[in-house]
Amino acid sequence: MDTDTLALPRTHYLNAEFGLASWLLTTDHKRIGLLFLGSISMFFVLGGIFAGMIRLELLTPPGDLVSDDTYNKLFTMHGIVMIFMFLIPSIPSVMGNFFVPIMIGARDLAFPRLNLLSWYIFMIGGCFTLYAIVTGGVDTGWTFYTPFSTMASTSNVMAAAVGIFIMGFSSILTGLNFIVTIHTMRAPGMTWFRMPLFLWAMYATSLINVLGTPVLAITIVSVALERAFHLGIFDPAYGGDPLLFQHLFWFYSHPAVYIMILPSMGIVSELIAAFSRKNIFGYTFVAFSSLAIAVFGFLVWGHHMFVAGMSVYGAMIFSVLSFLVAVPSAVKVFNWTATLYKGSVSYQTPMLYALGFIGLFTIGGLTGLFLASLGIDVHVTDTYFVVAHFHYIMVGGALMGYLGGLHYWWPKMTGRMYPDLWGRVAAVVTFLGFNLTFFPQFILGYLGMPRRYHAYPPEFQALNVLSTAGASVMGIGYLMPAIYLFWSLKYGPIAGPNPWGAKGLEWTTPSPPPTFNFDETPVVTEPAYAYDTVEKKLA
Amino acid sequence: MPKHESSSALVPDENAAPASDPALRHHFDDLAQQHEAATLGMWLFLATEVMFFGGLFSAYMIYRVWYPGTWGDASRTLDITLGTVNTIVLITSSLTMALAVHAAATNERRKVMSFLVVTMVLGVAFLGIKSFEYYQKFAEHHVPGLDFRFEGQAPERANLFFSLYFAMTGLHALHMIIGLGILSVILYMAWRGRFTEAWHTPVEISGLYWHFVDIIWIFLFPLLYLVDRHR
Repeated sequence: MDTDTLALPRTHYLNAEFGLASWLLTTDHKRIGLLFLGSISMFFVLGGIFAGMIRLELLTPPGDLVSDDTYNKLFTMHGIVMIFMFLIPSIPSVMGNFFVPIMIGARDLAFPRLNLLSWYIFMIGGCFTLYAIVTGGVDTGWTFYTPFSTMASTSNVMAAAVGIFIMGFSSILTGLNFIVTIHTMRAPGMTWFRMPLFLWAMYATSLINVLGTPVLAITIVSVALERAFHLGIFDPAYGGDPLLFQHLFWFYSHPAVYIMILPSMGIVSELIAAFSRKNIFGYTFVAFSSLAIAVFGFLVWGHHMFVAGMSVYGAMIFSVLSFLVAVPSAVKVFNWTATLYKGSVSYQTPMLYALGFIGLFTIGGLTGLFLASLGIDVHVTDTYFVVAHFHYIMVGGALMGYLGGLHYWWPKMTGRMYPDLWGRVAAVVTFLGFNLTFFPQFILGYLGMPRRYHAYPPEFQALNVLSTAGASVMGIGYLMPAIYLFWSLKYGPIAGPNPWGAKGLEWTTPSPPPTFNFDETPVVTEPAYAYDTVEKKLA
Repeated sequence: MPKHESSSALVPDENAAPASDPALRHHFDDLAQQHEAATLGMWLFLATEVMFFGGLFSAYMIYRVWYPGTWGDASRTLDITLGTVNTIVLITSSLTMALAVHAAATNERRKVMSFLVVTMVLGVAFLGIKSFEYYQKFAEHHVPGLDFRFEGQAPERANLFFSLYFAMTGLHALHMIIGLGILSVILYMAWRGRFTEAWHTPVEISGLYWHFVDIIWIFLFPLLYLVDRHR
């Protein structure tokens, strides 16, 4: 299409209305997606600052930068902010809100006002947690293990717990909205097996959100009530059981890992198909593997408690079930690889993030198998091996997918392109910085460095210095997109409706999309990734 | 089609009569789709509620298995008469709620309103009886944390029973209060004549919620009151 006509003034969701009220009272899913993007980006910076301070403290063996108490608060707040305020809402609330309706050809989510409410709930919950931070922080660890959190801790557990309880409802409402939207509002011809895999991932994630989050909510309420009124549910003095807390907590919080990683897997499926110009190999398997991960995810919480006092038979069952999750995850990785095979692969920014995701997720997943094995788990429990493992999944996996998706859909969201060279540099810097940060931690953990300690024996220093150096490289890798994406808002070239030549309904509407997404309700006539037909026509 | 027209221009089938229904929200094609979405949404919400109560139910069942003796003793102090009366009150309110939904489907506005009022009166009666029971517990020093006393072995475990009793019935009562709030809004909407034969979805999904709260009680009553009555 001619770029001159594209540059002409046009009404779209960004300029349809002006003023603060038009944003704060909007029911447009696209604007709500941007509201979430702004909020979680701020929280990401906050969590990143905590992470940086942790790494600085660990640069030298003695605990010289911050006190042990402050260190406890630092890693707790890093965990709470990054998990509950960034990773869990990130992709569903930003890209899901923005693209679920567009990708199925709907005018909005099923419950637009509920959608706006979920942003307000998220912000209110966020304020409680911020209040906990400014009034001295929390020192329990993000897991709030009892009895420390209910009896011993003098820090502001209550405010943080209430914040997390409130933010949970935001996840529930968003998940509920997505499931209903996908069930009832698909455009004519958009059958379940013509849906893009991102939507399957969103659907599976929403199932976890809807069924898991309420359990966390009631658990957190119990902790708060127990702190306030000494209920005794988790207190052995009343015949209660602290382990019950861990069971209930991990019943949600293990599936929560899949809330973080499944959406990324969905994005990676989109990116791999778009940038290798091929149908996803084994589409149905990839779709069902998302559901399988969601289902298995609910059955493996016990592997967090192998050394917490579980019978050996219980531990064996949870070990086997944990291995099972690897099967659908491997299905995805193999199918992405098979899609790349003989594809016309182009290495643009989103694709680099997607390839980075595959590499890092594979390392993270394989080390997960180490941890699911009872014997090895006993050796590396609560060491940096675990820290490295879950950062490979959550940062290497979830965050790489998030950044890949952000770059992929940025032209659609803003109508502008960013400088692709800078994007590619940022992706590579992030990838290298990430590995430099977290790979040494596998070795540290295997050698026996425990997590959550602010001081350590001098023989671990070399690897810790590497790790801290990597963290600063990674920090630069995150700073660069922040700069050039902002730059692109004003100076970026006009993107046009489909800058990547990608398939999918979102690329058939103008960029940025009009308020109701499509000028006419689209009719779908082909599978999600019918790139083969396009390529044949070109040839 | 020009791009700047209002949302009504985006409704695909402009000849379809229901499209002009004032109850139809802009992003749905027709009332049937809107109804399907709302109903599915409520069912999903109820699924989250099952999981929400599920945590307390599991805690209750674990400790019930661990401490059968004390929990039997503690359970027998609850007033089974009041509990039974309350169960009957609540089931009756579910019946009148169902009748209200039926009346809405046949578009009998006055019937909808009167059945809603009866439902709400029964709901308030339930809460009244529940508060009286709470008052009894308070008088007997069976409220955990407030000078708790319990005759018999292992009073601290009885404390745990009453903690869960108040947590579960309290959460249930909270849902009742929210339900009463919802029903008042529905009553107001019925009074304003908002419902038609074609569209009475809010009455239906509020009915689902009310029945759900009823069902939670149907599980709470035997678990809390009838446990160990045979001895």
